[in-house]
Amino acid sequence: MTPVLALFTPKGQHNYGLIISILIGAVAGGTSILWAALGETISERAGVINVGTEGCMLVGCLAAFATAVKTGNPWYGVVTGAAAGAALAAVHAWMVVYRKANQLATGLVVFFLAIGITDLYGTSYVSSEVHGFKNLAIPGLSKIPWIGPILFNHDPLVYLAYVATPAIWWFLFRSRWGLLIRTAGEKPESLVAYGLSPAKIRTLSVIAGGALAGVGGAQLSTAVALSWAENMTVGRGFIAVALVIFAAWEPMKVMAGAFLFGAAITLGSQLQVHGYKVNQFLLDALPYLVTIIVLVALARKRKNAAPEALGMSL
Amino acid sequence: MYLSRTAGKTTALLAILALAAAACGSSTASTTNTTTPTTAGGPATTATGTGGACISPAGATGPGVGATTIGFIYVGSTSDFGYNQAAHAGSDQLKAACPNIKILEAASIPETSDMVTAAEQMIGQGAKIIFSTSYGYKDYAVTLAGKHPDVAFLQQGNLITPPVGPNINTYFGDVWQTVYLGGIAAAKATKSNKLGFIAAFPIPQTLLNVDAFELGAQSVNPAVTTTVDFTGAWCDPAKQADATNSLIGGGADVISQHQDCTSTIIKTAESKGAYTVGYHYDAQSLAPQGWLTGSEWQWGPLYTSMVKSILAGTFTGGKFNTNYTAGFTSTDVASPLALAPFGPSVTQATKDLITAAKAKILSGTSPYTGPITDQSGTVRIAAGQTATADQLSSLCYLVKGVVGTVPACK
Repeated sequence: MTPVLALFTPKGQHNYGLIISILIGAVAGGTSILWAALGETISERAGVINVGTEGCMLVGCLAAFATAVKTGNPWYGVVTGAAAGAALAAVHAWMVVYRKANQLATGLVVFFLAIGITDLYGTSYVSSEVHGFKNLAIPGLSKIPWIGPILFNHDPLVYLAYVATPAIWWFLFRSRWGLLIRTAGEKPESLVAYGLSPAKIRTLSVIAGGALAGVGGAQLSTAVALSWAENMTVGRGFIAVALVIFAAWEPMKVMAGAFLFGAAITLGSQLQVHGYKVNQFLLDALPYLVTIIVLVALARKRKNAAPEALGMSL
Repeated sequence: MYLSRTAGKTTALLAILALAAAACGSSTASTTNTTTPTTAGGPATTATGTGGACISPAGATGPGVGATTIGFIYVGSTSDFGYNQAAHAGSDQLKAACPNIKILEAASIPETSDMVTAAEQMIGQGAKIIFSTSYGYKDYAVTLAGKHPDVAFLQQGNLITPPVGPNINTYFGDVWQTVYLGGIAAAKATKSNKLGFIAAFPIPQTLLNVDAFELGAQSVNPAVTTTVDFTGAWCDPAKQADATNSLIGGGADVISQHQDCTSTIIKTAESKGAYTVGYHYDAQSLAPQGWLTGSEWQWGPLYTSMVKSILAGTFTGGKFNTNYTAGFTSTDVASPLALAPFGPSVTQATKDLITAAKAKILSGTSPYTGPITDQSGTVRIAAGQTATADQLSSLCYLVKGVVGTVPACK
């Protein structure tokens, strides 16, 4: 067998070749980033950058975990995770939309607030047992060679993200609501001419974005890690915000980007496990290097794609 | 051009944030601390045996003499099923041995100047002995010790370059000795002859454990290999889950680790039907099926011995006033190390092998007795020779049989 083919070839019952293993890890690990980035896409399309997306993920992470522990049902956790993310985003929306605070500075404050809140209330859950989401192999589809294990043997929140991504694209670009949101981000003053409130539209969009980030957090604690630890998002929310810029505020590209980051995160483990001699420090830096390189490479194009009133107060 | 400036600023900010968040992750520290020192409530402690003897004799002098309040500073949560919970359990045992002493605790203190703030608050509340329990606190502890000559600082892990000041020390246990025994349990349990080890960074303290695990495994089954996965973080549960799945996907059926928070790895391994060798703390409750054994800290006796030496005024210049290391072979104080209870699948034959290996270590034969060969085949410790303390504290290679790469040691 040629070495290249070996990268794709299964070697045992649970044992996929390197490339397949990386892609499986990319989907599993990239989904939390995808949810957060989809939320941030809605928020930024309405003209509001929410750097506090990291914080929305974090509170979603804890709220979902705590609820799943208490109720024994991770779906309730997804609901409270979304609610917690939405509540934190509402703080951001109020500050930047109605108090006209600087969006970047406020986002940071919201993030630090989340760290404080989750440290305070999370301690008692650190050692809790949870019945989280399990992987569900989709009958039929999961048997397709290569594609099956990569895409169709994951937890339910991954499948929900497959549906949510095109739905959010349709919502933003084909529905009347989406048009209003994009107008709030491009020419908010024209909404006023139609008797609509850009402030309300921006606020609702930021809250919806926070809710999706909360779902991303829920996926991390109730489907991936099955535990809660302080600051366990470790920058995934920040990566999501960067991702939205390099994906040109388009949901389908956001999805591709999220899985690219997922791959960058899992690459280190996979290469080591498959016995490749790699420099661990370089691999640890990889997700951030990818971010910086892509942002720099696409910087010129992105300026044209950005919502015209992004970051501006009304 | 307002737009391009906004995009530029956002980009720069995100780059900084992402890197900062990554750095936070690597030290398990959060950027703020919401925990203020509080008196340990805990269950009512009962004085056992030597209880009540924690009072300085008249005329004793020295740092920490006369202490009635002792402070403990932890880097993480004291319910992490890991490093910090073990240290916290040690403080409870100290409290039981010295019921007259008031214990202050501060958890989730990052390895930053926040540690200094926490220590100063404790000293302000009358603490004269400070347990600085995280590796990265050392430089702050050394500075504090210079500033407060009447307070004794006990630094868990790490090394102070001699000369060690009169009111400070470092202390740790040769945990690789119990990790070696865990390797034996793993080798007898594996069917694939592949073990997995999840570590954070290639530093000597970690590499000693990875190597000892493989050496223990080889001692009963030369065909066993250990694949090490460095995650670059002491506690990133999502990455831990990914690493565990990768190792099991690669064929490993026993997973061990050197991480601060341990529960995700243990639960993930259990859900995949793999065996677990634990670290820091007895977490058998997380893996009732797959738990084999683990390395467990039993800090109480050592903490108590050190405190009593301080109170007696014999700390300065005494045996603890150095980079103090205790292992199974320590006879002067109880070992801070224990092998956690065995899981249900461990056979009597395996238990006997481990008992015999432990007896061999107790009789003075270190697991790091040559010939020890590294991955490239170079003999690092010659046949019949035992590694010196210096060789161990600067160990920077993986032994033959470990699959993994060490880029450089820090």
